[in-house]
Amino acid sequence: MDTILEMRNITKTFPGVKALDDVNLKVRRGEIHALCGENGAGKSTLMKVLSGVYPHGTYEGDILFDDQIQSFRDIRDSEDRGIIIIHQELALVPLLSIAENIFLGNELSENGVINWPKTFARTTELLAKVGLREAPNTLVTNIGVGKQQLVEIAKALSKEVKLLILDEPTSSLQENDSQKLLDLLIEFRKQGITSILISHKLNEISRVADRITVIRDGRAVSTLDCHEGQISEDDIVKDMVGRDMAHRYPERTPNIGGTIMEVRNWSCYHPLHPTQQLIKNVNIDVAAGEVVGIAGLMGAGRTELAMSIFGRSYGLNISGEVLMHGKPVDVSTVERAIAAGLAYVTEDRKEMGLILDESITTNITLANLPGVSEHGVLNDGAERGVAEDYRKKINIRTPNVAQKVVNLSGGNQQKVVLSKWLFAGPEVLILDEPTRGIDVGAKYEIYSIINQLAADGKGVIMISSEMPELLGMCDRIYVMNEGEMKGQLAASEASQEKIMRMILKG
Amino acid sequence: MSETSSKNIGYYLRTHTREYGMVLALVAIMAFFQYLTDGVLMRPVNLTNLFLQNSYVIIMAVGMLLVIVGGNIDLSVGSVVGFIGALAAVMAVQWGLPTIIVVPACLIVGALIGCAQGYWVAYWRIPSFIVTLAGMLVFRGLTLTLLGGASVGPFPENFQLMSSGFVPDIFSGMIDGRFNVFSMVIGIAVAVILPVLGLRSRAKQARFAAVEEPMAFFAAKHAIAGLAILYIAFLLSTYRGLPNVLIVMAVLIAIFTFITNSTTIGRRIYAMGGNEKAAQLSGINTRRLAFLTFANMGMLAGLAGLVFAARLNTATPKAGIAFELDVIAAVFIGGASMSGGVGKIIGAVVGALIMGVMNNGMSIVGVGIDWQQVIKGLVLLAAVIFDVYNKNKA
Repeated sequence: MDTILEMRNITKTFPGVKALDDVNLKVRRGEIHALCGENGAGKSTLMKVLSGVYPHGTYEGDILFDDQIQSFRDIRDSEDRGIIIIHQELALVPLLSIAENIFLGNELSENGVINWPKTFARTTELLAKVGLREAPNTLVTNIGVGKQQLVEIAKALSKEVKLLILDEPTSSLQENDSQKLLDLLIEFRKQGITSILISHKLNEISRVADRITVIRDGRAVSTLDCHEGQISEDDIVKDMVGRDMAHRYPERTPNIGGTIMEVRNWSCYHPLHPTQQLIKNVNIDVAAGEVVGIAGLMGAGRTELAMSIFGRSYGLNISGEVLMHGKPVDVSTVERAIAAGLAYVTEDRKEMGLILDESITTNITLANLPGVSEHGVLNDGAERGVAEDYRKKINIRTPNVAQKVVNLSGGNQQKVVLSKWLFAGPEVLILDEPTRGIDVGAKYEIYSIINQLAADGKGVIMISSEMPELLGMCDRIYVMNEGEMKGQLAASEASQEKIMRMILKG
Repeated sequence: MSETSSKNIGYYLRTHTREYGMVLALVAIMAFFQYLTDGVLMRPVNLTNLFLQNSYVIIMAVGMLLVIVGGNIDLSVGSVVGFIGALAAVMAVQWGLPTIIVVPACLIVGALIGCAQGYWVAYWRIPSFIVTLAGMLVFRGLTLTLLGGASVGPFPENFQLMSSGFVPDIFSGMIDGRFNVFSMVIGIAVAVILPVLGLRSRAKQARFAAVEEPMAFFAAKHAIAGLAILYIAFLLSTYRGLPNVLIVMAVLIAIFTFITNSTTIGRRIYAMGGNEKAAQLSGINTRRLAFLTFANMGMLAGLAGLVFAARLNTATPKAGIAFELDVIAAVFIGGASMSGGVGKIIGAVVGALIMGVMNNGMSIVGVGIDWQQVIKGLVLLAAVIFDVYNKNKA
């Protein structure tokens, strides 16, 4: 089979760190080649070398593309050869239209004057190719993340793409959007476009990939061919972490006590469209020592439910009742919700969970400053003591708790967020996508922390878009769709199919 | 042991380049002008003037730091200085009210002005740039209205003392000549108290965890600061003693350093500026905090207005024009971040002193007002570039 890309003996050194160590990668023409590895393994660095972000001369080794040695000076060079990379963080301008975004920097123009009819016509063509039914003049801000991802792909297609690189394309997508995107990759394969797919989600990889290269600690440790026999997810995980992970979810013997929290007839309306009801008479409850999951698709209203309960942080015209130990409590502000014994770990760690430029210590004590102060005066000794305590207890990997949170890896950042809420001393923790963007090894640690919380008698509500995670962790799973609670399943009887069926039945 | 401790010092220096860099820059600038002016800069008379001239900038920089750390800005402070000065003149000169009533009344009005602006910023989410730009115009206009377009003065004697008074020498005559013994005693007391407080806080920290700042560093810092305080107190004592304004400033700096470093409210302001959403979701009432920073700023602008009017001994319609720029520049030179969440009181004070020493030094040397502006502008830019460079390096 014909090789489109060969990266030979690539070594890339940063001051003090060898990010890539003699990596070899061969991609065949027309295949979907998956690249996996833990965070920081070197996948993104490798792709930055390939796309010219790190120009020729800053690394050792050779890149052969279409049998020629390439020396890219920047992204433009690699794009001219047909190598297009779509980054994890989408690079779209929200307040420009789809058409404007697709041709940004590459406008269809004569002497600097944009030819709008031609632009719209080409956009319509491209949108048809990626299966997106939106008008070309729709503003990007008005479409969902899944559709935005498709716009990015349409943008790539507008540039005569030969090799499409997708960096974690489904990390912020829901199940059905992810499926659509993967189908699109398969469609591209039929048309002869080669793709490199970087992903954490092993089930997706095993579904679409022809071959898989696993990268660990800056080395390509193995290349697996999916057409030669069955490759199990455990094989991949083993190569990724360099150790056997037979149990992806830590063992736990549930010890479930009495009900702690009940939410009754909870309703909430959209903050900008006050007639649109987002949450419709939802009832949930959680008991001491119980891990309860909420499954659902994007837009099901799970985050909206959690945030509206937690101090009315989202939505309008909120109604309903929250009971703790059978007694109604006031959760009308975040302060009161915390006082009532609730904690909410946000879905978006960086935007809503952490103060990135502050230290680990400052972040951990933020939700319970009275716990480290007297009459409003902070005791910095006590504060550091608390931070040290959590660093040891839940294993935050850092030389120093004075370290800024921005310098930590995703998994360690999440541990800081969890520490913050543990220090606030809640009885019920609502965890919204607690393992998003975290690598396999760190996920296991987060799961262990969750299990420990349950063992300590706290109630845990876990919102997750990864169904295997819910099935692996929860005692009971609620299924939500379009703002309504569709039902619940006990862990023993739940399966992905049953959950999907419950969602789709309506 | 010695190897790790020297490593610690290196690490500490690298992570705190910004803070010590500013102080070093101030010292270098002072040495430079001391040389250029043949020693005029540090003469007791000039040193006294330096503090008097810059007192109102420092007073406002302290409040502005909180506003900027909280993620906002206040452009109206120059106009509020003018307005409060005019109000004080109307009350004291035209209505003949005693100083004891005029001063608190003016501070309250200043705080109310801050509340009025803070209300729109905090509870209506109108950008502070716009609210305070409006305030800048409104209060400049009201200043003119109050004064009827003319200067009003002079102020009663005891009002002037706020700015031109000195700490009385209760030990007068102990040393012959014009040496203010009491001022020197205050200087010595401060030089002793600071390291004692520092040691106490280290001891408190050590009880729970390892102290971050290396001991050698702590000792050197306090030795240098102590000597500087003693030297300045000595110089000032040989002239007329410590100016009253300097005492006011020192107290404000102490109070606000304490608030920002050691209180929950201070910590919450930094959290709000660092990430407002995360702060809200941690149970912090960010609206009330933003409101309070503006109320505080208004009151301090009122105080600055009183000090400035007392110093000129008259209220003029032009008082306070462009002060907001000096104050904001001082805060940014002092290392605060435009996006909020970062900045220190001592940084803002050092920033104000850098601007003040440059103004004063360049005037003595005879640099024209035109070039003074150019140089000050470039220093502001250089300080911020230094910040960004440091951040990118890290």
